[in-house]
Amino acid sequence: MLSVLYAILFYVATAIMVVGVGMKIRKYARVPAPLKIPTTPAPTTQTGVVLRMFREVVFFESLFKSNKWIWIFSWVFHMGMWLVLIRHLRYFTQPVWEWVVFAQPYGTYAGFAMLGGLLGLWARRFLVERIRYISNPSDHLMLALLVAIVGSGLMMRFVGSADIIMVKAYMLGLMRLRIETLPANPVLLLHLGLVASLMIIFPISKLMHAPGVFFSPTRNQIDNPREKRHLAPWAAELEK
Amino acid sequence: MADGDDIRKMAHPLEIPRLACGAMADLEPFRAKPEHQEPLGFPGELVENWKEKALEKMADLASKNRAFQVYLETCVKCGACTDKCHYFLGTGDPKNMPVARQDLLRSVYQRYFTFAGKYFPKLVGARDLTEDVLNEWYSYYHQCSECRRCSVFCPYGIDTAEITMAARDIMAHIGIGQKYSNEIIGKVHKIGNNLGLNPKALRATLEDLEEDLEDETGISVRIPLDEKGADILLITPSADFFAEPHIDGLLGYAKVFHEAGVSWTVSSYASEAANFGLFIGSYEQMREISIRIRDAAKDLGVKRIIFGECGHAWRVGYSFLNTLAGPFDFLDPNYPVPQHILDFTWQEIQKGTLNIDKSRNDDIRLTYHDSCNVARASRITDEPGSQFEIPRNVIKAVCNNFYEMERTTTHESTLCCGGGGGLLTDDLMELRTKGASPRMTAVQQVTEDHGVTHMAAICAICKTQFSKIMPKFGYEMDSILSVHQLVSNAIILTGQDPDREVDE
Ligand code: HEM
Ligand code: SF4
Ligand code: SF4
Repeated sequence: MLSVLYAILFYVATAIMVVGVGMKIRKYARVPAPLKIPTTPAPTTQTGVVLRMFREVVFFESLFKSNKWIWIFSWVFHMGMWLVLIRHLRYFTQPVWEWVVFAQPYGTYAGFAMLGGLLGLWARRFLVERIRYISNPSDHLMLALLVAIVGSGLMMRFVGSADIIMVKAYMLGLMRLRIETLPANPVLLLHLGLVASLMIIFPISKLMHAPGVFFSPTRNQIDNPREKRHLAPWAAELEK
Repeated sequence: MADGDDIRKMAHPLEIPRLACGAMADLEPFRAKPEHQEPLGFPGELVENWKEKALEKMADLASKNRAFQVYLETCVKCGACTDKCHYFLGTGDPKNMPVARQDLLRSVYQRYFTFAGKYFPKLVGARDLTEDVLNEWYSYYHQCSECRRCSVFCPYGIDTAEITMAARDIMAHIGIGQKYSNEIIGKVHKIGNNLGLNPKALRATLEDLEEDLEDETGISVRIPLDEKGADILLITPSADFFAEPHIDGLLGYAKVFHEAGVSWTVSSYASEAANFGLFIGSYEQMREISIRIRDAAKDLGVKRIIFGECGHAWRVGYSFLNTLAGPFDFLDPNYPVPQHILDFTWQEIQKGTLNIDKSRNDDIRLTYHDSCNVARASRITDEPGSQFEIPRNVIKAVCNNFYEMERTTTHESTLCCGGGGGLLTDDLMELRTKGASPRMTAVQQVTEDHGVTHMAAICAICKTQFSKIMPKFGYEMDSILSVHQLVSNAIILTGQDPDREVDE
C-alpha cells in the first residue's frame, strides 16, 4: 500500500518537476532580450561568455566579490549538494557507474557540509538585520525543508539505517514501471516525502534560480553591440 | 532636514547603516502634468482603469524583455546586494536596498502572474496592486539612478535598473510620469536638445566660444555647426555648450580636433547626446531620440560619429545605437560607430600629434570618478576594461598629480554620483546629497591622504551633480572637471605662444 502511494507520489513529483521546469525554461528562452545589457567589463566572444558563466555557476564569482560570508555558506552548501546528489545515483544505476563509486567516500562529509552551509545561511536570515528585512516566510520554509531533507538523510546513515538493498530495488523498479516493496522505515518515508515535495515546488519557487542564471542577459550576452547589430523580433516590427 | 543637510557622517565610503524604515518614504519628484505626458504619447493623468492597464503593461513587458521576467522570478533573497546601493548607504532606508526595491514590483508581479503568489500570497510576500503601492513605486523607483552597481554583485546579475525602468514605463503608461525627464524629452523632440537651445542661440553660443578660444590661445580654433561634408559628427551633451565645467571640455575637444587636423561638425538638429528615453525605460522614446542622430549623420554626409563626454549617452551610443538606429553601413567602416572622444584623443596622444605640457595642470591634485554607465555598461575601445584605462591614460598624459580613490569604489565597483538616471532635479536634492555621500566620503579620503583638490569625470550628469554637491562637503564648486578640460589646459596649439597670459 505504502509502496504504491510513494510510487504515485514520485511519478507525479517527477512529472511536475520535469514539465514545470521545462515550461519555464521554454518561456525564458522565448522572451527576447531587446537590448545588449551585459554588465561590463564583459567577454567579447562566445567562448568568453561560456567561461564567465562557468565561473559564476561553479565558483559563484560575483557572490565571492560581493559577500564572503554568504559565499562560503552558499558554496559549501551547493557543492555538498552536488556530491550528495551524485552519491544518490547509486540507487538508480545498476551497475553503479565508475565515477559515482569514486565519489562515494566524500558523500558523508558532503552531507555535513550541506547542513553546515544551510544552517549558516539560515542564521543570517535571523541575525543580519538587512537580510531579516528581505526574508519572506517562504525563504525560511525552503531552508527548513532542505535542512529536514539533509537531517533525515544523515539520520539514516548514523542512527538507524534503512535497508539500502530494498530501497535500491524499489527505485530501480520505479524506473522500469514496476512497483517493488518499499521498506516501512519512518525516517526513510519522511526523507522521500520531503524530497518529493521539493521536486513539486521546484518550478514554482525561487529554486528556478538554477536554470534561471543561464538566461540572465547581464551575464550571458556577448559584449559586441557595435560590431554586430542586435535586434529583437518585436523591435524589428517597429522598423517596418 | 530638507535638501539633505542632515548628511550621515561616514567613517568609510561603504559603511553600512542601521535600517531606518520609512526614512525616505515621503520623498518623490514632481509628477508630470498633461502637457509633459501627452507629447510623448502617454495619458495626461491617471487613467480610470489604471489597475488593469498597469497589469496589462506588466504582462507586455514580461513577454518582451527577458531580463524583466527572469529577474523577477529568480532572486533567491540571498542578500548579497543589500549593502551595494549608494542610496541605501546614504539614507539607511531599507527600501533602497536593491532587492527590496525590486520586491516593490516583484510582490505585485507574483500576486497576479505566478502560482505561488496567486494561491499563497502571504507565504511569498505577494500583494495586491493598490493606490498605496503605486505611490510607493513612484517614490522608490525615483530613488534609483539605474547605476547597475547592484547587478555587478548579484550572483545572477539581477539588474535593479531593469526593474526600475520597467516600473517607470508601467507608471507612464497609466498616466504617472516624472516631470523632469518627460519635460526634457519633450524639448528634445521639439527643439533638438535637453536645454531647449534653438539653432540660432546655439550658433551664437558656439561663435562666442570660438572667440574665447582665440582670446586664450591667439589661434583661431573652430567649433563648426551644421557643416555638410565634414568627416566627423560630434554628438555631445548640450550642457557642453553652456554650463561649467562642461564647456571647458568642449573647448578641449575643439583643440584636439584642430591639432589632429580633422574636419568635424556639431549638428543643430541632433544637438544632444543625452537620451532620457533610457531613464524612463521606454524603448520607443529611446529609439526616436536615437534616430535623430542617424538622420543628422546622413543629412550632413559625415563619415564618422564621435560622442563627447557623457555617461548614459555613451551607454545608449555604445550599447544601443546600432540596435535602435542602425545599421550604420553608410559610414566609414574603418571606425567604430560611435567612437568615444577619449578613444580619439588617446590615439592622437599616442601618435604624438598633440603638444602637451603637463605642468600646466600642476596646480591640480586630481582623482577620477568612474561614471556608472561608462564603467558598467560599455567599453571605449575593443578591449574589455578600456572604459577604465583610456580615461586614466589620457589623464596621466596631461596631469602630473593623479591619485586613485579606494578600489572598492572605482572601476566596475564605482559609486554613482547620486544624480543619474533622471534624478538630476532640484526636487530630489535631499536624495542627491545623501546618495552622493558614499562617493564624497571616498573623495575626502584621498584629500586627507594625498591632498586631492579636484576630481575629473566624463559624464555631464556627474559634472552637474558634483558642482552642486561638492560644496556641501567642503569643496569648491569648480572642483569637478571634465577630462577634456585637463587636456585643454595642457595642450599648446601649433603656433600658440605658451607664455601667453590671459586675464579671466
Ligand atoms: C546551476 C545550479 C545552481 C547555481 C549556480 C546556484 C547558485 C546559487 C547562489 C549563487 C545562491 C545565492 C547564495 C545563497 O543564498 O545561497 C543560491 C541560493 C540557493 N540555492 Fe542554489 N544554485 C544552483 C542550484 C540549486 C539547486 C538545484 C537547489 C535545490 C535544492 C538550490 C537551492 C538553493 C537555495 C535553497 C538557496 C537559498 C539559500 C538561502 O535561503 O539563503 N540551488 N544558489
Ligand atoms: S543579490 Fe541578487 S539574488 Fe541576492 S537578493 Fe540581491 S537581487 Fe536577489
Ligand atoms: S541600480 Fe544603482 S541606484 Fe538602482 S538599486 Fe541598483 S545600486 Fe541602487
